[in-house]
Amino acid sequence: MYRLQNISKRYKTRGHEVVALEIDDLQIASGESVAVVGPSGSGKTTLLSLLGGMLTPSSGEIWLDDQPLSRQSPTALAQLRCERIGFVFQTFNLVPYLTALENVQVPLALAGFASSEQAARAEKLLERVGLADRQHHKPSELSTGQQQRVALARTLANQPSVILADEPTGNLDPESRQQVLDFLAELHREGRTLIVVTHDPHVAQRTQRQILLNNGRIAGGESAATKAA
Amino acid sequence: MQLRTLVWKELRERPSAMLTSLMAITLGVASFVALRHVTVASETEVGRQMQSLGANVLILPKGASLQDYYSADLHGQTLLEEEVSRIWLANFAGVEKLSPKLCIATKVGDQAATLTGVLPQSEFQAKAAWRTVQLFKNKHAGCKRAACQQPEATTPDALVTQRVIEKLSGNEVVLGADVADAARVQPGSKLNLLGESFTVIGLLPRTGTVDDSRVFAHLHTVQRLANAGEVVNSIEVMACCDDAAGQLVSQLQQLLPDSKVVTISHIVSAQIGVNRMMGRVSFGVLLIVTLVGVATVASTISANVRERRREIGTLLALGATPGWIARLFLYKAWLLGLFASVIGCAIGLAVAKWWGAEWAGVPITILPGLSGLTVLAAVTLTLASAYWPARSAAKLDPCVCFRDV
Repeated sequence: MYRLQNISKRYKTRGHEVVALEIDDLQIASGESVAVVGPSGSGKTTLLSLLGGMLTPSSGEIWLDDQPLSRQSPTALAQLRCERIGFVFQTFNLVPYLTALENVQVPLALAGFASSEQAARAEKLLERVGLADRQHHKPSELSTGQQQRVALARTLANQPSVILADEPTGNLDPESRQQVLDFLAELHREGRTLIVVTHDPHVAQRTQRQILLNNGRIAGGESAATKAA
Repeated sequence: MQLRTLVWKELRERPSAMLTSLMAITLGVASFVALRHVTVASETEVGRQMQSLGANVLILPKGASLQDYYSADLHGQTLLEEEVSRIWLANFAGVEKLSPKLCIATKVGDQAATLTGVLPQSEFQAKAAWRTVQLFKNKHAGCKRAACQQPEATTPDALVTQRVIEKLSGNEVVLGADVADAARVQPGSKLNLLGESFTVIGLLPRTGTVDDSRVFAHLHTVQRLANAGEVVNSIEVMACCDDAAGQLVSQLQQLLPDSKVVTISHIVSAQIGVNRMMGRVSFGVLLIVTLVGVATVASTISANVRERRREIGTLLALGATPGWIARLFLYKAWLLGLFASVIGCAIGLAVAKWWGAEWAGVPITILPGLSGLTVLAAVTLTLASAYWPARSAAKLDPCVCFRDV
């Protein structure tokens, strides 16, 4: 599914070049669940942004299936995200002035669905995450756990094949955390590729493979098979 | 959920953020629309006066000052009525009619009115001494008018159209529109004025001038009621054409050196100056409003983009194209521009219609073309102002969605 070759992302800060990420070779198979772990500033979010087509590498290439991401226009990348990639954010990133239902409708609207179709799909998704009775509540009227479940429903709106999650449980209480992890596991079981950036070892352990990043480089990694051995 | 739903919801959530821009556009459009309407109406009125009164010459007491042709006789100073005879006997070429007037204040019901004494044209013909002079047949050289004579002022309406009346006896009156409304009388009714009973012989159509609050009576009746002797406030000389009026001014000035001789061009020249100034002011207002509006809208939309960086990043992550993001802000600017300019236009029209009409003393006609163009220009300007902030929103790094901004 994902193939990264000789990738680097560099920034210039006050005349100095900073290497945010440098990866010679990385492949993530379709349907795999991967945790990206590492200390703060190790390049986890940069990697996630590159995988989501939101950043262009300074050098190298990223392929999603056979599509080279760095050669796509911003509009083509937006369409790719709309059709194939779902994001889960640490701070949920719900639009504050929209209701839960309307928040879930946003990706559907961006994909060009008619309003009635959007509403019907969004209602089903909210039912799936157990928030059928909170459809018309704004984010400020929901608990953090409920907000993350609305965000998950929004992620699934366009039935993405890849889910990129940035610290999805970072802001949640233990109960909500468990619910979200179970839900992510369920999405993985449905055949979606799951890539989770996390500090939380418990979250990382629930994935098939962990990639450890340090100073922008892959410092190590282990798969579930390795752990079992 | 559509793009417009998102814009509406955001606007409803935080309307105060747009208040400054809304006010800037509304006030700008209102000032421009009001000023232009008053200016255009004033220019039209000057043009109309020039057309209808261009050939008239007014003779006033030396010290009289005036700003409006229609109220030229309301200054309280007087001339001797015998000046009318002097003009008559001078037999100047191009003079068609003479109309001396004397005004005194009166009341009709609760309505303040001006009792205006006029000398009916029939009396000029009747005076034996005057009959010897072949006045009104004396064309000036090279007169461009085919028939250098106006039609006879046989009906009371002629007081409005020709500013003279053919026949009016001592106990008859003709009422201006406002006075007629206040008195609630019909032609043939009796009306008491200053202790005397008069027969109403006609009601004048509304003119939008001071004539609406006049009661026209015979000059000698008004002189008697005023106890003023044989005096008049003004003498209006109707010339056959503009050329004649031009020549008459110097001739009359020589004949009556102690009087002021003015033409309609003299009177409206001040108004033309005011109109020019208002024209310049309205375009100055437009320039200032444009600069303030552009700056305000651009800064408001820019602030909105800054406040919503994470939301924009999230929308980009969810699949919004840069074009969609730009449209989100341009649609908002369009809504803002349309709403504010329509409100501003309505306020401007109301101000022009009520306060402008009173201030400029002219009836204001709504100009749909000007109003529409102003709204269109304001909306276009708002969109142009929002273009750069919208573009910067579209170019925003989508990675901001991962940051706490």
